[in-house]
Amino acid sequence: MSTVTQQAGPAGMAGSAHPLAQRRPLGDRGFQILALSCGLLVLVILVLIAVTTTQQASQWFTTEGWGIFGSVWNPAANQFGALAFIYGTAITAAIAIIMSVPVSVGIALLLTEVVPYRVSRPIVYVIDLLAVVPSVVWGLWGILVFAPWIGKVYSDIGSAVNGIPVLGALFGPPTSGASFFTAGVILAFMITPIVTSLSREVIATVPAIDKEGAYALGATRLEMITGAIWPHSKGGITGAVLLGLGRAMGETIAAALVIGSSATITSHLFAPGDSMPAVIANQFGEASGLFRSALIGLGVLLFAFTIIINIIARTIVGRSAEQGTA
Amino acid sequence: MVGYLNMQRLRRQRFTAAGIALAAMALFVAACSSSSSGSSGSSSSGPSGTLNGSGSTFQLTFQQTAIQSFKSVQPNMTVNYGGGGSGKGRTDLASNVVQYAGSDTAPIPSDEVANFKGKTVLYFPVIIGPITVSYNLPGIKSGLKLDAPTIAKIFQAEIKKWNDPAIAALNPGVKLPSTAITIARRSDSSGTTQNFSEFLVEGAPGVWKLGSDSTINWPATSRGGNANGGVAQIVKTTAGAIGYVDYADAKASGLTWASVKNKDGNFVAPSTTSATEAADNVTMKPDLTFSAIWQSGSGSYPVTYQSWDLVYQKQSSANVTKMLKAYLGYLLGDGQKLLPQLGYAPLPSNMDQQAKAQLSKIGT
Repeated sequence: MSTVTQQAGPAGMAGSAHPLAQRRPLGDRGFQILALSCGLLVLVILVLIAVTTTQQASQWFTTEGWGIFGSVWNPAANQFGALAFIYGTAITAAIAIIMSVPVSVGIALLLTEVVPYRVSRPIVYVIDLLAVVPSVVWGLWGILVFAPWIGKVYSDIGSAVNGIPVLGALFGPPTSGASFFTAGVILAFMITPIVTSLSREVIATVPAIDKEGAYALGATRLEMITGAIWPHSKGGITGAVLLGLGRAMGETIAAALVIGSSATITSHLFAPGDSMPAVIANQFGEASGLFRSALIGLGVLLFAFTIIINIIARTIVGRSAEQGTA
Repeated sequence: MVGYLNMQRLRRQRFTAAGIALAAMALFVAACSSSSSGSSGSSSSGPSGTLNGSGSTFQLTFQQTAIQSFKSVQPNMTVNYGGGGSGKGRTDLASNVVQYAGSDTAPIPSDEVANFKGKTVLYFPVIIGPITVSYNLPGIKSGLKLDAPTIAKIFQAEIKKWNDPAIAALNPGVKLPSTAITIARRSDSSGTTQNFSEFLVEGAPGVWKLGSDSTINWPATSRGGNANGGVAQIVKTTAGAIGYVDYADAKASGLTWASVKNKDGNFVAPSTTSATEAADNVTMKPDLTFSAIWQSGSGSYPVTYQSWDLVYQKQSSANVTKMLKAYLGYLLGDGQKLLPQLGYAPLPSNMDQQAKAQLSKIGT
């Protein structure tokens, strides 16, 4: 019995100096070292990835200089300008976000505000099932079922708006089942579960007293949502949207199968295009030399963009958390 | 207090018992699996071990079939072929991840030579295959006559309809519809694209402007499919489509294909015999590299290509040398008989002899 109390001594003594300053028992020190090394390991792996990929891409960076943002990607002529792929990634991610965010936030509000708890559980279950579908299954469904069907819809819309100033430039011909828009729609399906579940959790943390206060003052449900829920949860929802954006930008196989693989910059959303992860997946197998270095360089660029977006997301969430609690 | 300590001891005993049981199970499973693979090797005298290869997907079906039949010839050897593309194969060989690499390009491109650190690489041709120009025109069977300049203009979207005068001039008496031409091509990089575009560079100089590489800047109206199967699917499901598909995949999908005009001026259909005849007419360099594209010969199919297995001349292990000679010897010997039913063509006999003779160069 005395041995038991002796072991518990340092931590149990009231008013003692900071625990880390004292000699910790071997078990505690060992655990501390283990936990610290695991945390550092993650950081080291991240840095190693960044360093080794930049090394292998350096041939492309030094050969092209600022030409890495050129608009022509022609392996046969040894020209590797990535602008078409950056454009494709941006456009498909934008389409995915525009289509997915209203739907996801709407579902989240439905589940927390409108629907009784018993009904919300099966809906949550089904939404989470969407997240479980593998990326390659989305891609196969897209290219075998969705693209042929929607290609006909595109050509009907295309011939209808052909010639009208802005609509014609956006939705006019050339149209193809595998296009920017199809990839954007598939990506929207894929990011909806993430944005929905994160938004739902954020909205659920709004204190009930604020919501009831709004109702007590005579607000309609919409006024309660904009007045009581939105100020509290806008930071968290923005963070969820940016997380979805990061996923949409990096999605590889689904985009590679349905985006059409044509390295062009065009305003026509129904035309085939290409994006950074898709072109890396499609062209890496046979690439060598400068071509291979250029594809790895695209990976470095994508890595950099996703890090920047994540930093922006964290800043926004952090700042609104401060404002929220103030 | 005593009861609490007893409970702790009991829990500790339970955990240690469970741990010992798990460790015993793991050892038992490991012992079982190692004994089943080790004991059968002691009785016969052939080489034993594992041989790894990767690279060209053109060779993939052939390698997988040959590996299966090779098991009955050398039951103690396990061969694995990972595919992944010729570029990946050469990279893997340069970093010693694999012992042999499949490559549709030989010799090794100049920007990759440095990766091999001056070590000599031997090239063994193992497979020949035709690339079909397949189309989907209801009512028109296989055998539509096309020549290289016309094919070049079609794939550059300069000829847009099937009843264009250039196609009609080559096919007098055939009623061509006015359907628009849909170009089907590869969305992924491929040796098939490289060799098809090489055919257009050599057969239609001045007309074909897009160059030759594993990826081409196709016209924006073209449709991309993933792998030969994807292009075959586009051709099969789109009326008026035309695309370049490996003979094996075109046969498997039941496509109709064109007879292409060769260097001698004859319109030849793709087949095992016309591909082997094209390969028969090549002049091989001393290191056994060549190109079967656009070869002379009255019955040669002009869009025929080839693939090699690359190995280092100097091997560090005598066992690996034996395994390589056994497996490559099989590919060049009985393995060649597997090719026609898979939809490829065997090497012509003098090429086969020279490749077999080169096997003796592998050594320590």
